[in-house]
Amino acid sequence: MRILRHIGEYVLLMGRVLRIPDRQRMFWRQYSRELEKQGLQSLPIVLIISVFIGAILTIQAKINTENPLLPTYTVGLLTRETLLLEFSSTILCLILAGKVGSNIASEIGSMRITEQIDALEIMGVNSANYLILPKIMAFVTMMPMLVIVSTTVGLLGGWAVGAFTDIITIHDYLIGVQYAFNPYYVWYGIIKSLVFAFVITSMSSYYGYYVRGGALDVGRASTDAVVNSNIMILFLDLILSKLLL
Amino acid sequence: MIEVKNVVKSFEDHVVLDHVSTTMRDGEVNMIIGQSGSGKTVLMKSMIGLHVVDSGQILYDGRDLAEMRNKDIRMLHREVGMLFQGSALFDSMSVMENVLFPMEMFSHMTKAQQLERAKFCLQRVEIPERVWHLMPSEISGGQQKRVAIARAIVLEPKYLFCDEPNSGLDPKTSLVIDALIQDITREYNICTVVNSHDMNSIMEIGDNIVFLKEGHKEWQGNRHELFHCENEALNDFVFASELFKKVKVANG
Repeated sequence: MRILRHIGEYVLLMGRVLRIPDRQRMFWRQYSRELEKQGLQSLPIVLIISVFIGAILTIQAKINTENPLLPTYTVGLLTRETLLLEFSSTILCLILAGKVGSNIASEIGSMRITEQIDALEIMGVNSANYLILPKIMAFVTMMPMLVIVSTTVGLLGGWAVGAFTDIITIHDYLIGVQYAFNPYYVWYGIIKSLVFAFVITSMSSYYGYYVRGGALDVGRASTDAVVNSNIMILFLDLILSKLLL
Repeated sequence: MIEVKNVVKSFEDHVVLDHVSTTMRDGEVNMIIGQSGSGKTVLMKSMIGLHVVDSGQILYDGRDLAEMRNKDIRMLHREVGMLFQGSALFDSMSVMENVLFPMEMFSHMTKAQQLERAKFCLQRVEIPERVWHLMPSEISGGQQKRVAIARAIVLEPKYLFCDEPNSGLDPKTSLVIDALIQDITREYNICTVVNSHDMNSIMEIGDNIVFLKEGHKEWQGNRHELFHCENEALNDFVFASELFKKVKVANG
């Protein structure tokens, strides 16, 4: 029963969120703030994680392909495919659910318990639309860019392994990276990331918006937002992989 | 004028408001008083439309809240100003931005006119210019309340609701806030509804006082009638402290 209530409340909330804003100017102002807060401020963690994961994938691929029957460029190929198909879309979103999702849930939750959301409602503002829509739109806008940046930087991490160690040559790595490249996989990653961006922002907003109680409940809502977003991302990853590949 | 007619509100099996009827008049400070759990907050939230009542009517100048669609309630809310217990200023905006917000959202004034009006309201509640650019967390509790009043009146509301306006304030600042609420009510002929159990406020500014007890309206009158009332429950509540007993004796 509880899950049905959650689903019902979530659908009703999205019904209030996904409407044309009362004041376009206010929406675009909020939207640009969210682009900076959720997108640009996520860039450092995306860069750091991606470069290291790219390098680690390369090393591990090399260790697991030490077979004379496998061509030497396999390492680059494996690194590219892993980054494109799974890391830069799904795993990155799981990580960002922790950063962006908890931020959104705690921000909206704090506004709820300090009556700021009630204040908006009493002014006659559609608080769900005003607060949540810019966050969803901004993260959905930024996510494909973060995916592309992550893939690129991850590949550079693998290249750095070739450049600074003797594990693999740059030449072999670059051949692998370019071998049998399927551009559709880029779109596959982007489509998945768009869905996951919506899941992260909308679910986190939902948990924040319906907080009742005090600071402890905001913390709990933030944790619930991250955990449930992660579960939903993994579930949708399975469905989308089946549908799109 | 706000009329509350036979309002019943319950949560599951617990009846919180039991056939409450009263009238809140324009240009007066209408106070809802009572012990914790008496239904004050539920009555105020029902009047604003944050709670849907089980039965009864709430009429805003004849307009029935129960018959309004969500869009109409949102339109009505644009005629309402509200001062929250914790001020509820937007903590991501400066003092000036908080006061500008309702105008940016709903008015068709130019930016210059909005600024002019915001400055006027901030000056009206005696907020010094040096704090206009500060964030709410950087100003005192009393100043936050005054900024919240400025934000509540910036669109010239017809109805002003104040939920425990003096909670957390020192007695001197409480007097300032009370005086401000009373002045603004008279000045703009607003129908002001204050939810309070601050005896000083009740005796200073209560033009029309509604006393709730366990969800019932136990008594209604003004602050002068309060001193001569024989209602036992009301006297127990209002004159609970020795100080106020002496005040009652002094008032004959």
